Amino acid sequence: MDKHPDERLPEFAAANGLIHRRELLVGGLLASVAPAIAAQEGLSPPPWTLAPGRPMSGYGMPSEWRKTVQRGFTLPPGRPGTGASRTPLHLLEGTITPNGLHFERHHNGVPDIDPARHQLLIHGLVDRPLTFTLDDLLRYPLQSHIRFIECAGNSGGAAAPNPTQADAGTLHGLVSCAQWTGVPLAVLLQEAGVRSTARWVIAEGADSALLSRSIPLAKCLDDAMIALYQNGEAVRPEQGFPMRLLLPGFQGNTNIKWLRRLRVTDAPAHTKDETSKYSELMPDGRARQFMLEMGPKSVILKPSFGMNMQGRGFYEISGIAWSGAGRVRGVEISADGGRTWAQALLEGPVLPKALTRFRLAWRWDGSPVRLLSRATDEAGSMQPPRSEWVKQYAPGQGYHYNAMQAWDIDTAGKVTNAYT
Amino acid sequence: MRTPESRALVVVVLGLLGSLPVLADGPGLGKAADPAVVRMMDLTILPDGKDLPPGRGTVAEGKQIYEIKCLACHGVGGQGQPMDRLTGGVGSLATPAPVKTVNSYWPYATSLFDYIRRAMPLTTPQTLRSDEVYALVAYILSIDGVVKPDAALDAMSLPAVKMPNREGFLNWWENPRR
Ligand code: HEC
Repeated sequence: MDKHPDERLPEFAAANGLIHRRELLVGGLLASVAPAIAAQEGLSPPPWTLAPGRPMSGYGMPSEWRKTVQRGFTLPPGRPGTGASRTPLHLLEGTITPNGLHFERHHNGVPDIDPARHQLLIHGLVDRPLTFTLDDLLRYPLQSHIRFIECAGNSGGAAAPNPTQADAGTLHGLVSCAQWTGVPLAVLLQEAGVRSTARWVIAEGADSALLSRSIPLAKCLDDAMIALYQNGEAVRPEQGFPMRLLLPGFQGNTNIKWLRRLRVTDAPAHTKDETSKYSELMPDGRARQFMLEMGPKSVILKPSFGMNMQGRGFYEISGIAWSGAGRVRGVEISADGGRTWAQALLEGPVLPKALTRFRLAWRWDGSPVRLLSRATDEAGSMQPPRSEWVKQYAPGQGYHYNAMQAWDIDTAGKVTNAYT
Repeated sequence: MRTPESRALVVVVLGLLGSLPVLADGPGLGKAADPAVVRMMDLTILPDGKDLPPGRGTVAEGKQIYEIKCLACHGVGGQGQPMDRLTGGVGSLATPAPVKTVNSYWPYATSLFDYIRRAMPLTTPQTLRSDEVYALVAYILSIDGVVKPDAALDAMSLPAVKMPNREGFLNWWENPRR
């Protein structure tokens, strides 16, 4: 009886495993090499086919074989409570971040909030100061939107004079994307009755940092949401359970988690996290404040640092792109350091303020190359080269870094982080 | 995203600013907030300082409290280590080695009161009395001469403090790409 093609031993043309070129015609080189390793074992049925599997579980977990797909974090010594963990972007596919891998940034730890004892207060320049419980909000008409959240500090290490050699998750993993479901904030503000002098809304979390940010009223009346669900389940504690503010396209820090209070005002509060932090110092010593929208950005994830090339031949380049201004209009890829560019395929649906996957087929001939990607958004803004981006800011200023990421590939196929 | 519905809602809301019957978009389940709850929860101090609480604290008192409750994390005289540096760096922002601290960078002293009261000390936040917060603000500001060594701060004097970098911030939301 004929063997299944995957079990067939490849036809060797010479000693030490040189495979005959006919293999390329028959099954394809790649397809025949990997199964060949398993061919010896393949003579007996794999054990998981011979005994019943595990029983059902209350909450499923990723495969044991993928246990190492974890958020990346460093715990700076002596820094209780404040810190970040990053989405391992280079180990994921598609555009939706699994809830357990959504990046985290907390300023004093993750509170364990009893939803029955939590309420949202709306007060200040309103006709009717109101409080809402989670149960109240669950009775409102809900909306679902797929949106990214990116920390303003994402990729900020690239402001340093020399490129850090680290994987894409470590370099750029303070961005994640989820389907968020909740109540449009405009509905609640309308119920409270916003007064005509109102211009800002000061949002505050119920964590022990009582993290607080001033949000333009216009944003609150546009696409802001009180998010209650994340990818179909209750918002995770690290993401603000029982409720968070979602401000699509705005710097992550403004998307206040554990939201407990919205005070409508005529002016911003100039809180610590919109003055001392999350403001952008320029070379002349002045700082941009309330630069809230995240710029257009893209990162090639395949290949990227740590995923070295497996020899010359066919590869798929793929990565993610996004913009706080709306949809990604296009992503271009260069394999010659930016001299010539090719349009990548955008995998639909291309949603506004959401991660967008791009792909492009590539045949590597084994010579050294510099890979670059650059995104353009529907507002017409394009990712700048790093050399242009850094000119806008004081030395070391890393907030809102959205310059192009370059990966250098040498003849051995090693991928390194490079500056342009 | 601005869906057509949300845009329509914005128009409706903006159109009604000032007048305001409750519209039928939501079930209207918000409960009237108890003014006592609002007072308890509202810790925000804007630059106008209108919501500053009664109380008063001096530089000397602040130094004592600082050394007990803050020094371990922010260093002698706010010089930093292991955590954020709070003092020094005044005049450095336009140099090749800018040092951003409370005294060199923050535009308003009210923000310092607001932040210390809500968030510090890190492991026991919201435990400081108003007098202590005024005193800590006075002490930190005094280290770089922003207030005099014999200064006392209260709800009147604190918002009047002029921070060295008061004019250093550009509101990018209202006026981008200046
Ligand atoms: C256990 C360590 C610890 C102690 C004690 C502590 N702090 Fe802090 N402090 C921190 C950390 C950590 C941050 C940064 C928080 C963040 O990431 O948002 C911080 C931030 C600050 C900042 C903002 C700094 C800036 O420039 O953004 C001020 C001001 C401050 N602390 C004042 C105080 C005062 C006053 C006390 C004493 C009452 C105090 N801290 C006690 C750890 C501490």
